[in-house]
Amino acid sequence: MRTIRIRKPLALAAAALVLAGCGGGGPRGGGGSKLTDGKIVLGVLNDQSGGYADLGGKNAVVAVQLAIDDFKAKYGAKAVTKDITVVTADHQNKPDVAKTDAQQMYDRQGVDAIFDVPTSSAALAVADVAKQDKRLYFNISAASDDLNGKSCNKFTFHYAYDTNMLANGTGAADTEGGARNWYLVYPNYAFGQDMTRGFTQAVSKAGGHVVATAGSPFPNPTEDYSSLLLKAASLNPKPDTLGVMQAGADLQNVVKQYNQFKLKDRGIKLAVGLMFITDIHSLGPDALAGTTFTDAWYWNFDQTNRSFANRFYAKTQTRPTFAHAANYSAALNYLEAVQAAGTDDAATVVGNLEGKKINDVFLRNGTVRAADHLVTHDAYLAQVKPSSQVAEPWDYEKIIKTIPADQAFNPPSGDCHL
Amino acid sequence: MANFLEQTVNGLVNGGFYAMLALGLAVIFGMLKVVNFAHGAFYMLGAFGAYLCLRELGLSFWWALPLVPVVLGVLGMGLERAVIHRLTRLDPLYNFLLTFGLTLILQDLVKWRYGVSANPYEVPAALRGTLRAGSFEFPAYRVFVFGFAVLACAAVWWLLTRTRIGMVVRAATERPELTGALGIDVARWTTPVFGFGVALAGLAGVLAAPMQAVNPLMGADLIIVVFAVVVIGGLGSILGSVATGFGVGIAVAWAQAYAPPVVAQVLVFVVMAAVLLWRPAGLFGREETPA
Repeated sequence: MRTIRIRKPLALAAAALVLAGCGGGGPRGGGGSKLTDGKIVLGVLNDQSGGYADLGGKNAVVAVQLAIDDFKAKYGAKAVTKDITVVTADHQNKPDVAKTDAQQMYDRQGVDAIFDVPTSSAALAVADVAKQDKRLYFNISAASDDLNGKSCNKFTFHYAYDTNMLANGTGAADTEGGARNWYLVYPNYAFGQDMTRGFTQAVSKAGGHVVATAGSPFPNPTEDYSSLLLKAASLNPKPDTLGVMQAGADLQNVVKQYNQFKLKDRGIKLAVGLMFITDIHSLGPDALAGTTFTDAWYWNFDQTNRSFANRFYAKTQTRPTFAHAANYSAALNYLEAVQAAGTDDAATVVGNLEGKKINDVFLRNGTVRAADHLVTHDAYLAQVKPSSQVAEPWDYEKIIKTIPADQAFNPPSGDCHL
Repeated sequence: MANFLEQTVNGLVNGGFYAMLALGLAVIFGMLKVVNFAHGAFYMLGAFGAYLCLRELGLSFWWALPLVPVVLGVLGMGLERAVIHRLTRLDPLYNFLLTFGLTLILQDLVKWRYGVSANPYEVPAALRGTLRAGSFEFPAYRVFVFGFAVLACAAVWWLLTRTRIGMVVRAATERPELTGALGIDVARWTTPVFGFGVALAGLAGVLAAPMQAVNPLMGADLIIVVFAVVVIGGLGSILGSVATGFGVGIAVAWAQAYAPPVVAQVLVFVVMAAVLLWRPAGLFGREETPA
């Protein structure tokens, strides 16, 4: 009996923890408009506590709120509804948590469209839920090209960027710039595997050669990449370029350890697959100076971007990553589509979006591709400035060239049947 | 061949961290029977301590190395007095839940103030070079870390086996009631022992700061591996934690270098399961005998 009495509060505490994880969803209110429930609810589902929290996280919610504010300001009384809210959840980069959260959002919180969802494995899980529930999902931060390939569906849009965009930009540009032999290190999950495939193709196409690839655990409990880095010097033929496919906090660790093992002095240059401006900020520009990479958007590229970045800064005291800008753009374009369609019926909104040409703060020469729901747009080849050339805080990138939308992204793969 | 040697040395460096962390856990578990889940958070605080010393106080790595573990040790003693010791008489699950909660609080406090991205921390100037012997090349700082970890483990071993304090701690670990019956105040030693274990975690954290990205989550997953190390070595066994720490370091390094990625990912846990089946008390642990 005694042990039972002792464990009971523990069980209660555990139950409380579980319950605390589930956000309470209110009942769905009725309304008189053409909207199914008289209101629009946008859901931001992303990493708010782990390694990807700074590149999207809570500030992605701020970006979506900015889009709602702009929509309301533009349409005022003519807006399809005034009741537009945003709800949010932390998926901790776990596919199972993401799936449950997405179901919660659609079924209990009345969410019309989910945004963001970094970590490809989690994004693929959410795409499945969107398909089953016939609700919209705008993927922003996950890169896996399966989202618009074999796992595509009618209700999922792949916004912002994908692994092919990154590989076509960086892989091709660096190979043409003299990187002949590549050694690719990648986090061993959907994103890393796709990146490795994309880079291998892009490098070979540009006349280079991938000597070897090596995966690291994801998540990596020891945060140590030295075994993979040490391997570089022993490969035959010896690689001249280390292609790093890790992202966020993992990337920060790899770069720190790359510098420690002085691989640059041993004739192995650094190429980075996916980098956000928050990564450069964290490592300091000198740790990465001269590194070229592909960016989907840069806050200091032109006056349009800059004025968005200033509004964002006023609310967050930080500069937006491309993911923040893309969340804003996707949310605004969703609301515009609902306004144009006069309904939040998902299938009708999809019809309105398919094939649409868009130019806004994030999308330049943007097209919502009808064939596979990939949103293509101009991308940028960027180079990290040394600190001596950084003119103001967060001014880390020099844009070398604009990659036109049709070169930046691959044509539809043929694996996608909507 | 040189590369095999580099990989092995590198495994020993990582093993040094496992050993120092496992040692702290083992000492605490032995004396207090507390499974300290907050150990990873103290490791993270050690690294952040080094970063804050530099940024806020302008104190270099060499100052942080003694200072941060002492401060964290005192903090640990405070925590032991304030909360942990109140629960030691109850089911061990209580303290497990408590230290798990502490971990979340500590991590979130740091996250709240500094975000999740890494904070810059450089290798100390004197150790920025590379050691070379033929085609063998290795960063000097990592060699220093290995040496330091070995020294720290040896010092703890000396303290426990060759001093009066160590004798009391070992006696209290083995037979707390009997030790008490001999007129030794066992309770008096639990607080400093907890503080000491925490200080060891802090020391490992300071040493990790120049090698790894200093971020609030740096100890969160590592602690799971360290728990596996402690279980493999034998709960509460000092020698077991140290030997297993270095052994696991080498094994993981080899697996990462020469096997498919999934092997390194699961290796430690497969070994743990095997050891639990074959020798439930761990490689160096002794079967419980009725006191």
